[in-house]
Amino acid sequence: MHEWWRRTERVRSVFLVLIVIAVLWEIAVRSFGIRTFILPPPSLVAKEFTEAPAYFAKHSVFTLGTTAAGFFIALVLGVAAAVGIVYSKFLDRTLSAILVSLNAVPKVALAPLFVIWMGTGAEPKIAIAIMIAIFPIVIDTVLGLKSIDPEMLNLARSCRASPLKTLLTIRFPNALPSIFAGMKVAISFALVGAIVGEFVAGDRGLGYVILLAQGNFDTPRVFVALVLLGVLGTILFYLVDMAESLLLPWHVSQRGRDDGVANLPTT
Amino acid sequence: MTDPYIRFDHVEKTYPSARGPILALKDINLGIAAGDFVSVLGPSGCGKSTLMKCLAALEPITGGRITIGGAPVTEPPDNLGIVFQRDVLLDWRTVLDNVLVTAELRGLDKRAHRARALELLALFGLKDYSDRYPWELSGGMRQRASICRALLVDPALLLMDEPFGALDAMTRDELNIELRRMWQETGKTVVFITHSITEAVYLSQRIVVMSRNPGRIVEVFDVDLPKHRPLALRDAPEFGRYSSHVRGIFSAMGVFKGD
Repeated sequence: MHEWWRRTERVRSVFLVLIVIAVLWEIAVRSFGIRTFILPPPSLVAKEFTEAPAYFAKHSVFTLGTTAAGFFIALVLGVAAAVGIVYSKFLDRTLSAILVSLNAVPKVALAPLFVIWMGTGAEPKIAIAIMIAIFPIVIDTVLGLKSIDPEMLNLARSCRASPLKTLLTIRFPNALPSIFAGMKVAISFALVGAIVGEFVAGDRGLGYVILLAQGNFDTPRVFVALVLLGVLGTILFYLVDMAESLLLPWHVSQRGRDDGVANLPTT
Repeated sequence: MTDPYIRFDHVEKTYPSARGPILALKDINLGIAAGDFVSVLGPSGCGKSTLMKCLAALEPITGGRITIGGAPVTEPPDNLGIVFQRDVLLDWRTVLDNVLVTAELRGLDKRAHRARALELLALFGLKDYSDRYPWELSGGMRQRASICRALLVDPALLLMDEPFGALDAMTRDELNIELRRMWQETGKTVVFITHSITEAVYLSQRIVVMSRNPGRIVEVFDVDLPKHRPLALRDAPEFGRYSSHVRGIFSAMGVFKGD
């Protein structure tokens, strides 16, 4: 019990701050008489949610699905591209240049094109999520694969290890902390991509809910969708964070973490 | 004289640089007998590490030739173990898995080497640390683990590049004793790079003294001390004679300015 109390300290402080903000917000709206279509009080936002939880759940699940799909495809493609860039001079010169120029185009501007190509279903949303999320993954994975102690590579060469063996045994594990740094940025980017996709066209997802509610000046509903997006984004981020502490208990950033996930058993 | 196990024949190494090529090794001629303990001793920048990297084929030579057992060195020899200046342990592996990495990298069966790895760790006093991570170990323990890693596949040739340079004096003494004992028991050929005169005299059967600009060999001599060497031997007059001889060579090349 005591242990549990200590470990949850960070989570408890976050909730405490959120509650304080909500209370101040409620007091401010009531005492200044702010109209609810400008800024609805938290109590009204909560009521809006409890009146139709199934409606919000359905759209949240859709957004979560496109975000997760976009993120995982971006992860696989991004890591593969990074390996290619590090190992091949040709890919370094060509693929890097293409990625940089692609990244220079605001991805929001690509959304209408994806709708023309793929329709109004989940596909264009996933595509935009991939486009936005892949860049930090490629950049950080390339950095991680390149940031290797040359003596480690000498160790591998002195054992006459094949390039694949060197990649899997030394280079890739060494790059994991960087890859996770990229993933933490990418997971939030993927959510942005999914919402942008829903804004442009479609009839599902929290982005669509916001757009529809805006048309009716239904501000409380907009706020519910925003809060849900915040919750969704936070959960996704911490899922990546948890995966990191499970996979990288050895890394300097994970040692002695007090949430109990990354602590190594000591004998 | 029969052909030595390792042979450097007019070996030359130049590095390209913005201001033209730099001559790192000039006309290196050296023979090393099988089972010998040879130290390469010299001031920093004399190319002693380069010499070792060329022998391991980690750096290509630009002139002459190096042979091991009569065969020219073009790729890293398969009976080779290397201990680097830094321990280069892999942070994400336990000590045991770090020792086993040389078997894995060679494509050998990891499980078949487990017993040998544990035996080596016990020999170097790391028995209780096999499941620890490198960051939980002291510098001396880390370097011991990296020696175990190099010895795992029982290489005939062990190359050591200033392995104890970053350790404190006491740990260094301990490791000198352990290394000397290991060499006496196994009869491996050891090429040991160092800038410490005491370390070189204590450990070696032969010493190769190098000078810099360009890196070259200035003298090679045998160390005729008893095979069994307690630390106290370092206070003996015959030990002192070897040390002062080397110091004399260094003074003559202007290493100890203001002495």
